[in-house]
Amino acid sequence: MTVKVSMTVNGKAVGAEVEERTLLVSFIRDNLRLTGTHVGCDTAQCGACTIMLNGRAVKCCNMLAMQAEGADIVTIEGIAKADGTLHPMQEAFRQHHGLQCGFCTPGMVISAIDLVKTFPNPTEEQIREQLDGNLCRCTGYHNIVKAIKAASTVRS
Amino acid sequence: MYSFKYQKAKSVDDAAKVISKNADAKVLAGGQSLVAAMKLRLAHPTDIVDLGTIRELSGIKADKSAVTIGAMTRHAEVAASAEVKKAIPALAALAGGIGDRQVRNMGTIGGSLANNDPAADYPAGVLGLAATIITNKRKISADEFFKGLYETALAQGEIITAVSFPVPKRAAYTKFKNPASRYAIVGVFVAESGSGVRVAVTGAGPCVFRVPEMEKALAAKFAPESVANIKVPDKNLNSDLHAKADYRAHLITVMARRAVEAALK
Amino acid sequence: MGATPYIGAAIKRKEDYRFLVGAGNYTDDIALPGQTYACFVRSPHAHAKIKAIRKDKALKAPGVVAIFTGDDLAEAKVNGLPCGWLITDVNGQPMKEPPHPCLAQGKVRHVGDQVAVVIAESTQQAKDAAEMVQVDYDVLPAVVRAGEARKKGAPVVHDIAPDNICYIWGLGDKAAVDKAFSSAAHVTTLEFINNRLIPNAIEPRAANATYSRADDSYTLYVASQNPHVERLLMTAFVLGLPEHKVRVVAPDVGGGFGSKIYLYAEDVVMTWATKKINRPVKWTAERSESFVSDAHGRDHVTKAELALDASGKFLAMRVTTTANMGAYLSTFASCIPTILYATLLAGQYTTPAIYAEVTAVFTNTAPVDAYRGAGRPEATYVVERLVETAAREMKMNPVEIRRRNFITSFPYQTPVALLYDTGNYEATLAESLKVADVAGFSARKADAARRGKLRGLGYSCYIEACGIAPSNVAGALGARAGLFEAGEVRVHPTGKVTVFTGSHSHGQGHETTFAQVVADRLGIPMDDVDIVHGDTSKVLFGMGTYGSRSIAVGGAAIVKALDKVVAKGKKIAAHLLEAAEADIEFKDGAFVVKGTDKKKAFAEVSLAAYVPHNYPLDKLEPGLNENAFYDPANFTFPAGSHICEVEVDPDTGTVKVVNFTAVDDFGKIINPMIVEGQVHGGLTQGIGQALTEGCHYDPQSGQLVTGSYLDYCMPRADDVPAYKVGTKETPCTHNPLGVKGCGEAGAIGAPAALINAITDALGVKDIEMPATPQRVWRVCQENRIKAAA
Repeated sequence: MTVKVSMTVNGKAVGAEVEERTLLVSFIRDNLRLTGTHVGCDTAQCGACTIMLNGRAVKCCNMLAMQAEGADIVTIEGIAKADGTLHPMQEAFRQHHGLQCGFCTPGMVISAIDLVKTFPNPTEEQIREQLDGNLCRCTGYHNIVKAIKAASTVRS
Repeated sequence: MYSFKYQKAKSVDDAAKVISKNADAKVLAGGQSLVAAMKLRLAHPTDIVDLGTIRELSGIKADKSAVTIGAMTRHAEVAASAEVKKAIPALAALAGGIGDRQVRNMGTIGGSLANNDPAADYPAGVLGLAATIITNKRKISADEFFKGLYETALAQGEIITAVSFPVPKRAAYTKFKNPASRYAIVGVFVAESGSGVRVAVTGAGPCVFRVPEMEKALAAKFAPESVANIKVPDKNLNSDLHAKADYRAHLITVMARRAVEAALK
Repeated sequence: MGATPYIGAAIKRKEDYRFLVGAGNYTDDIALPGQTYACFVRSPHAHAKIKAIRKDKALKAPGVVAIFTGDDLAEAKVNGLPCGWLITDVNGQPMKEPPHPCLAQGKVRHVGDQVAVVIAESTQQAKDAAEMVQVDYDVLPAVVRAGEARKKGAPVVHDIAPDNICYIWGLGDKAAVDKAFSSAAHVTTLEFINNRLIPNAIEPRAANATYSRADDSYTLYVASQNPHVERLLMTAFVLGLPEHKVRVVAPDVGGGFGSKIYLYAEDVVMTWATKKINRPVKWTAERSESFVSDAHGRDHVTKAELALDASGKFLAMRVTTTANMGAYLSTFASCIPTILYATLLAGQYTTPAIYAEVTAVFTNTAPVDAYRGAGRPEATYVVERLVETAAREMKMNPVEIRRRNFITSFPYQTPVALLYDTGNYEATLAESLKVADVAGFSARKADAARRGKLRGLGYSCYIEACGIAPSNVAGALGARAGLFEAGEVRVHPTGKVTVFTGSHSHGQGHETTFAQVVADRLGIPMDDVDIVHGDTSKVLFGMGTYGSRSIAVGGAAIVKALDKVVAKGKKIAAHLLEAAEADIEFKDGAFVVKGTDKKKAFAEVSLAAYVPHNYPLDKLEPGLNENAFYDPANFTFPAGSHICEVEVDPDTGTVKVVNFTAVDDFGKIINPMIVEGQVHGGLTQGIGQALTEGCHYDPQSGQLVTGSYLDYCMPRADDVPAYKVGTKETPCTHNPLGVKGCGEAGAIGAPAALINAITDALGVKDIEMPATPQRVWRVCQENRIKAAA
């Protein structure tokens, strides 16, 4: 059985006829071909699939596409400015070498943007605690923490 | 994930109708446990009724004596709520430590309580604070609500609409996390109010439970040393790779002591 | 540009932009026209005979395109997966090499062993149908632990190895070691397990294969660390396809850590099946599949002894290890607990006699192979746990005992086959003592005690052999492949440069580091240099990336090719400048006539090479494109000193790493920012091994208990501290860049430092890894350790 799902993704109205069991991440990756959102696990731990749903960071591998019906979604492809200029958080990750293989990076960046929204001037300890929804196997988190701290002082 | 039929509930009654007719239908709140189980093909509902668009199920109301939280209120909203932080800071802190930040942005109090995962945090807060679970049919006291492993007093067709927490004199929640999953291996909620002291333990057993011996000792003297030597028998506690029953039993005492310390701060 | 060299500068990475905006291109991101999707039917049992496979019901399921089993592969004469390293045992006999079928042949040997593949129009349909494939199993008893596998009466994994032994291998002078032990003033003995780990690159393995009838060719996109090796093994040994008809592309790869070196069954099955169905077919592992089907790491049971004289000088070391190979020999499995392990047992010390005996056994678990460090973390753990324990037993300062035994004169021939070219162990140790503020430790310990916590300090002075490897040495030791690297420098007419390398970057930042080397050598801006890797149709050849070899071997190959470009450029410039070739020097991006201001810029010479109007065509070919193969003369020997400080909460058993200092000697450093990042990541995996990560199979059922992130504890941001890292440079003496490699150091040094710190805090001899809260708490209980107040 299929259903019609529609939402706004990166400022654009999108929709498709999908199987009811379609996960939001499949809709984003397979239907919209926005492949910057990644899948790193099947138990909603790794956070590589993190997107902004109505302004909150959520794991889109752990929700149905239908749960996002009518929602306003921003994926990693929608974070930089239209002319390609990086968002301050993206720029901070680049400046501080907060990424290596790049696979966890989209989810990490979006989670970090959400983090500094909730904790505008986070301590190192807060950053480490609040990154509890994202795994990175490359960086040892050291430079990710540095990047987030640096970005938290920049007004976007 | 197996196939299922999806529908958005227009109202709680609407949702209740569907699930009362079909035992294999499931209500979907935030979905942080249900969707995860469905993905692994561990759950196979025939029908999904999504409560996501019922606005009146979300929101926090507080007065001097109680905080009432709508069933679809996200953990992050509870954690960030100025009213909750003021009235019951321990509850805001508990919500702020559930799962991880993305789960907190999606998961709901109603969903968590209806699921009654043995390692979930909210059951400790609800039982510890002697909260009342409000459903589309009735009000259920916390002591009546939690029945066993993933089992609650909810009848077929019954949906949680809100939870009401009486404001305690002081309270605190201390959790020892499973290092891998970050669920509670042992979480202890301690609360002192006009009607006495309650100590609720999650994670350690098949279902959240109270520790009367600790409650009695704390009622006599609300101080860390009152519980420091009270051991909960490990006979019916959970036992797994991360924590055997004896370790869990020990942690209950340690977490209870630390919760009392935190409540006194 | 020109004045400031790129080498040594913390240049921001070229690859970051695409990853930051979600424009990376990983294997699963690729969707081909007519794409189909595969799901593997895997064994739910650790050990079972397959009585029957019934696929008729599944074949009728919606969207199913095809279902294949082991019978189909056998009929098509598809071979099993090869092992790339032959180990010869103590009796001169070759190791036991049981078949490793791509789809099970009559028997399954570990949970997750692949039994059949279902191909359908969508992933969900493939999964739906896979559940309908009925496999009748006759379940057999299983054995999962290395120690158990050697016992009489243990379940037999392979008929050709009735005692489950793959080989018993030895290295060193046993008689000399035994003699030294008999007269030693002190002997320190430890028995421990080096815990099995699951690599867990965050990008799961994936393979997408497509076949073209037009020219009978194949393309395989695969998450691999070495596409050429993958192609060679697959075409020459497994599928029997012509090598030139198969293109293997490893696009952006989301981490490897060793686990993506190997040729896996899924890659072969995709490549074979695409022709059968004449459509592209893609498989992407779900994380649950990764847990049971990626090659795991470590898993040793070891007895280690160190003999010392009364002054603390090491006299001899004796090590007996049983290494778990898992159910089959993965691509390089056999050389990890031997060639990459026992050869490192000298560490940084002058121990004159060492003997190691390694028994490799088969068990009903996932195959075990190289995982970040690969043998060297296990060796370092043996050496550095022994040294620290000996110091404690002899009431010596752990720093002093190390200093007393350091190798100080180079080159140094160890008793376990390696020739260290250079090093300065005192330099890294002294610096680490300073950075870690060891002098202030006792005050911090006293402060912790006041807060009810136990502080401990632990050291680890590691060495590793990287820059793998001199092909002839490796060949003599059993390698079935060369271990050189290839590079090509293509200078375009405008002087812009594309460099092709056989190394593969999956997080290491080669696109930046290698470009720094090229830009510096050619004196051109870095923006004028692009690095291409990971595609057999573009890159001439490659042995890939593992063993911290990329800059030392791959970088050296590029430098060799650059030298050829400059040499040819000099000839062209001599002609243009009407000077003798011997009078031309290449400096700051220009060919200059020595002692004059006459010069031609690099781009002018490039243009002349492609527009050869004024050109010595009678003596010189046009064009400027050079390639080179570099075979290293020796291994490189990065070394360093790690100091870990922990605080233990005896009430809960929680260990907090409060300080971690790593001072490493990687030789010359190209990009310090990237090097630091590699160290941070390695340390975190090392801390993971010591503190959080333990792969656990149920000993009876053989089920993987730690089969998801809910049970396998990956280090998160709050499990690790902010690191203090530093470097000392002792350039490698035998490669053109003086580099040694830095990818694995953190994972090699950290576990021993951490366990040394925990045992120091608790005042106990040993604690098993991972030192989980429960384990630490039990040790506290058993030893009546309470918080000092």
